[in-house]
Amino acid sequence: MERFLSRLYLALVGIFLAAPIVVVTGVSFNEKQNLAFPPQGFSLHWFAEIFISPEWFRALVASVLLAVTSAALAVAIALPLAWFLWRRIAPWAQVFQLLGVAPFTLPPVITALGFLTFWATSGFYGQPWTAVIAHAIFFVTLPLVTLTLGFSSIDRSLTEAAATMGADDRTVFRTVVLPLILPYVVSGYAFAFVLSLNEYIVAYMTIGFVQETLPIKVFNALRYGYTPTMAAVSVLFVAVTAAVFGLIARFGDLPKLMGAMSSKD
Amino acid sequence: MRREPARGLVQHLPVIFPGLMLTVFFIVPFGTMVAVSFFRRQQGGFYVPDFVLANYARFLTPFFGNVLVFSLYLAIAVAVVSLIIAVPFTYLIARSRRVTQVIWLVALLSILSLSEVIIGFAWSTLLSRTAGITNLLVRVGLMDAPKALVPGFGAVLTGMVYQAMPYAVLVLYPSMVRLDPTLTEAARTLGASPLKAFFTVVLPALRTTLIATLIMAFIFALGSYLLPQILGRPSHWTLSVLITDQALYQSNMPFAAAMAVFLVLVSLALVSLTMFASKKLEA
Repeated sequence: MERFLSRLYLALVGIFLAAPIVVVTGVSFNEKQNLAFPPQGFSLHWFAEIFISPEWFRALVASVLLAVTSAALAVAIALPLAWFLWRRIAPWAQVFQLLGVAPFTLPPVITALGFLTFWATSGFYGQPWTAVIAHAIFFVTLPLVTLTLGFSSIDRSLTEAAATMGADDRTVFRTVVLPLILPYVVSGYAFAFVLSLNEYIVAYMTIGFVQETLPIKVFNALRYGYTPTMAAVSVLFVAVTAAVFGLIARFGDLPKLMGAMSSKD
Repeated sequence: MRREPARGLVQHLPVIFPGLMLTVFFIVPFGTMVAVSFFRRQQGGFYVPDFVLANYARFLTPFFGNVLVFSLYLAIAVAVVSLIIAVPFTYLIARSRRVTQVIWLVALLSILSLSEVIIGFAWSTLLSRTAGITNLLVRVGLMDAPKALVPGFGAVLTGMVYQAMPYAVLVLYPSMVRLDPTLTEAARTLGASPLKAFFTVVLPALRTTLIATLIMAFIFALGSYLLPQILGRPSHWTLSVLITDQALYQSNMPFAAAMAVFLVLVSLALVSLTMFASKKLEA
């Protein structure tokens, strides 16, 4: 009885979580351009549309480029900082750790508006690279947290042994630290990548009037009615997002990572 | 290799780039925003440096008062409902097998990272007349004709709970996993039913986490921007929607900035309240 009830509860929550995705997936296979569920006919046309239609394809490219570059920049900011905090005794540098976590804890509209006023004042408003920097700062929290966890799990006697045998800081980093930290670099990058891909408001406030990323494009399309391409894009996003987290879980310790994430809050 | 204090420029080198980036692109934009909130707006969408409080005074109008009250009310409702669903759910997955845990975590993280646009679109489809859940109810015989459940307050609430619930679970998860299983075992041995053990042992042991989760979910919901627009009517718009509207469409940056500063203050006040409350409860 007890088992049954707990299974039932988990199943109900599972249905709640899956229902919208199931319906959107069904809708994306509709043959004609209508919003019907269960789908009428079967067609993969709307998925092809993302790549064939120049508008949707341009948005896809813009989104992927933004996510790839901003996640790389986020890691480039987080890695030296996390390393420095682990390697040196520097209480003052904790300030930067705090700064790295702050944008993620505040409502996103704050960061978005901060960047809007900043780029407008400095005269760079609308440049594609402004969104890259904005996303990198907004999502730097994720690689920072995963990397801090990664460094804390390194056995210091390993680096000490290397140093005793004559390796300098640079050699120790390259031959001992980097190989151990690499999985955390990858998962930090993956987190930032997925969130940047899905992010709307910061991208909208920085480059929204000049360029469309996929979330911006979906929202704009939503205002002018409905096209099944939106459903196809949604399915694509769900698939990519789930695949990335699946990979993180496959190659990393997800329960441990989640533990570390929330203790930082 | 022991931790040592950094000496000289070379040893400080690694912290320079991150420090510079965070200062220039977080502190400075944030400061700019605060400064602009005191600037005076000029006709044509520009603003001039000044020190006026007029932007803040506009909060006192009934219209903005209503939006603020509605935003807070919506965020509280979302946080409470999310917590009610998330607490038993997290408790159950934390006690399940590791593989099961990982699968749930992947699902929750995926939904959490999913674009608000996509969540909004998915729910508006699920609640629509043509493809929605009411069709299912009609087929089963519970309803006579399918009807649209969007736009409406229920739709906004559902969509936002959908987004905030996974967040609440992930905040609760570490404490639930770490919870000593012997606690409930002891309660069970002494004759408590599983439900009684859950309410009298598990929940009190986690009360600080519960309060923290509630407030985190509240702040998370306070930032919601797209769902009220996609699933609700203009009367369901939140402060975040208004900030964007003022900044981009009404070209009133100083007022938008003032509202944003206000939102930060509310969030910060709540975060410190959480910390204070959890310290007090632990003591």
